[in-house]
Amino acid sequence: MMRDTIILRVVTKLLLPVILIFALYVQFHGDYGPGGGFQAGVAAAAAIILYGMVFGIPAAQHVISKSVVQIMIPLGVLIFAGTGVAGLLLGENYLNYSPFGSHSEAGQHLGILIVEAGVFITVASTMLAIFYGFGGLADEADAAAAEKSEESEE
Amino acid sequence: MTTILADLNYWVTVFLLVGGLYIVVAHGNMIKKLVGLSIFQTSVYLLFISPGKVLGGTAPIIAEGFDVYSNPLPHVLILTAIVVGVATIALGLALVVRIHKSYGTIEEDELHDLESDA
Amino acid sequence: MIAAHLPALQVVIPLIAAPLCAILRRGTAAWVIAVAANWLAFAVSIGLLFRVLDEGVISYAMGGWAPPIGIEYRVDLINVFVLLVVSGVGAAIIPFARKGTEARFDSTNQAWFYTMYLLALTGLLGVTITGDAFNIFVFLEISSLASYVMIAMGRDKRALTAAYQYLIMGTVGATFIVIGIGLLWAMTGTLNLYDLAQRIPDIENTRPVLAALAFLTVGISLKLALFPLHLWLPNAYAYAPAVTSAFLAGTATKVGIYLLLRFFFTVFGGGGFFLSTPLPEMFLVLSIVAIFAASTVALFQNNVKRMFAYSSVAQIGFITLGISYATETGLTAALVHLMNHAIMKAGIFMLLGCVIYRLASMRIDDMAGIGRKMPFTMAGIVILGLSLIGAPGTSGFISKFWLVLAAMENGQWWLVALIVIASLITMLYVGRLVEAAYFREPSEKAKNVREAPLAMLIPAYVLVAATIYLGLDTTWSAGLAQDAAASLLSAAY
Repeated sequence: MMRDTIILRVVTKLLLPVILIFALYVQFHGDYGPGGGFQAGVAAAAAIILYGMVFGIPAAQHVISKSVVQIMIPLGVLIFAGTGVAGLLLGENYLNYSPFGSHSEAGQHLGILIVEAGVFITVASTMLAIFYGFGGLADEADAAAAEKSEESEE
Repeated sequence: MTTILADLNYWVTVFLLVGGLYIVVAHGNMIKKLVGLSIFQTSVYLLFISPGKVLGGTAPIIAEGFDVYSNPLPHVLILTAIVVGVATIALGLALVVRIHKSYGTIEEDELHDLESDA
Repeated sequence: MIAAHLPALQVVIPLIAAPLCAILRRGTAAWVIAVAANWLAFAVSIGLLFRVLDEGVISYAMGGWAPPIGIEYRVDLINVFVLLVVSGVGAAIIPFARKGTEARFDSTNQAWFYTMYLLALTGLLGVTITGDAFNIFVFLEISSLASYVMIAMGRDKRALTAAYQYLIMGTVGATFIVIGIGLLWAMTGTLNLYDLAQRIPDIENTRPVLAALAFLTVGISLKLALFPLHLWLPNAYAYAPAVTSAFLAGTATKVGIYLLLRFFFTVFGGGGFFLSTPLPEMFLVLSIVAIFAASTVALFQNNVKRMFAYSSVAQIGFITLGISYATETGLTAALVHLMNHAIMKAGIFMLLGCVIYRLASMRIDDMAGIGRKMPFTMAGIVILGLSLIGAPGTSGFISKFWLVLAAMENGQWWLVALIVIASLITMLYVGRLVEAAYFREPSEKAKNVREAPLAMLIPAYVLVAATIYLGLDTTWSAGLAQDAAASLLSAAY
């Protein structure tokens, strides 16, 4: 197992905060330059996935459990779609964020920030869901193989 | 030769497109098929992205000193297409896992035999 | 105020309902949400229909960004006709879904099933309503991905391979569609369908545009299961849960037909260009082969669901036959049959779902003698079967009437004869089921079955009633379809 390698463990621990901060930078810089919830979501998920690969999936699931992930996926979509509806309720077209602020530019700014937050949540949690889904299989296979070899030893 | 170089992006697109499709059709292994599908989809990304580049253009962020910008639209479109591609591959692999669990194989000809017996 | 936002609401209602179902993760709550969302979506389509009849084409700018910069939702008579079919068929299916899913899945998986259902509905409504070419692709993939999952949830393990096969072919089809869209975009610099329609006539004979047309035709034909690209369909319909089969048969392929019409006639400028390509002959031949080959294969199926799946391929042939004429009568026939077939096939798959619910088998031998055990279910199947054949007094007759009319208009009498022969083959395979169900001794399995619960029968009978109603009063089918066909041919958008 990888968790036995001290270099990997130490480097991972050092890298994790950097990756997470970079994800947040990409997230909030998305208003002004290249970036946004999508890329940030993937980067943030990558941090957890790295942690899971080095310390084992149960450790990663201790940080963000499967059921939390399953709630987060639809939650992000709801935030995104709900922001559009808020625009609708304020008398503008769907996904028009102008009425959120004192003037249309401020409104657009706030709107896109909320939407990107929704995207971030969904993308990050979807990536994790995929990782947990397929990564769990590897553990199952390991367990099955271990069982088999024990049987053959007997 | 120069004509090939001038349209290099289209040549690569066609190569990926035909190559990917060939893998999908010719291979019986379900995971290899998904790999082919992924390559096939990649050709489209190139098809969209390459005409969006304006020679000498910069990233489309208004700044002083620049007045030529590349077209940002294809990048947005293809970002969406990549997401769709990822979702498709993830779902495809999940199905393959389930198929392996129920049948014990992911080779199409073996599956075909198993199904006709059933 | 609400009237102005109907185009957005059409897609947004199921889109918001889907994650709500996933968050609640309780089967009953999810079902209530799904029913409410689908019925609301149906109400929105009806509202849109009246608005379109009143004021003509509606344009809705997403996010307030005026087209062609922003994404435009554009509703005309053709869209709204298909929107009505999709949301209407869905509205009948979703109450039916309760019993079947409850019996098979635990509460969480029920909620996921409804989430997928709502996403598929969102996608299909989105494809139909949007006026943006790339948006079509995105919505198409939303609906396709959701329907792969819905198919894989079938009880037979062959549902998994069917879903996988559909995934491969569906993705190839969708990618072809994007390639076509990409070529059009590279040539015209726009993705807005209205803009495309304005710009393409000047360059319609250039090679990239023709290549785009070819890619689009093949891609969309894969999605709508036009012969010989139908290979994914029989297994997918046969092994999917009954709700999925009914929903896909009633909506997914029909949206494919809509896309075909939209690209051939609106985007590529009316009937003239379509007739100048080899497409009409190609579609004529493929449609006839589809009708006869698929009907004949259907004759020899022992799985009743598979039989009706092949029948779907044949019926899609009737629709594309209407398209191949590119005349007002022909397109009317295609649109009328689109609506009628959606309703009757969804009804048949729902009633077959009732049979599975009690009998747990789809083999024709197991269904022997079931006519006496489940009289209402079988009576419904017989009525819908008659409509499939084209018996007078059912909506199927209206479809065949328009098709024959279109053939006669072109002076193709041999085609009239072929349509009649095809109806006879339909009669044979429906007859096989009727013979087994009514004139044979009950099979071992059929001995102990009871009539299906009312909660399943009533929704199915709504569609049976619609089939009969549309056979008697054609204001809402042929009447609308005729106007829609005229606007397709004149490329008004």
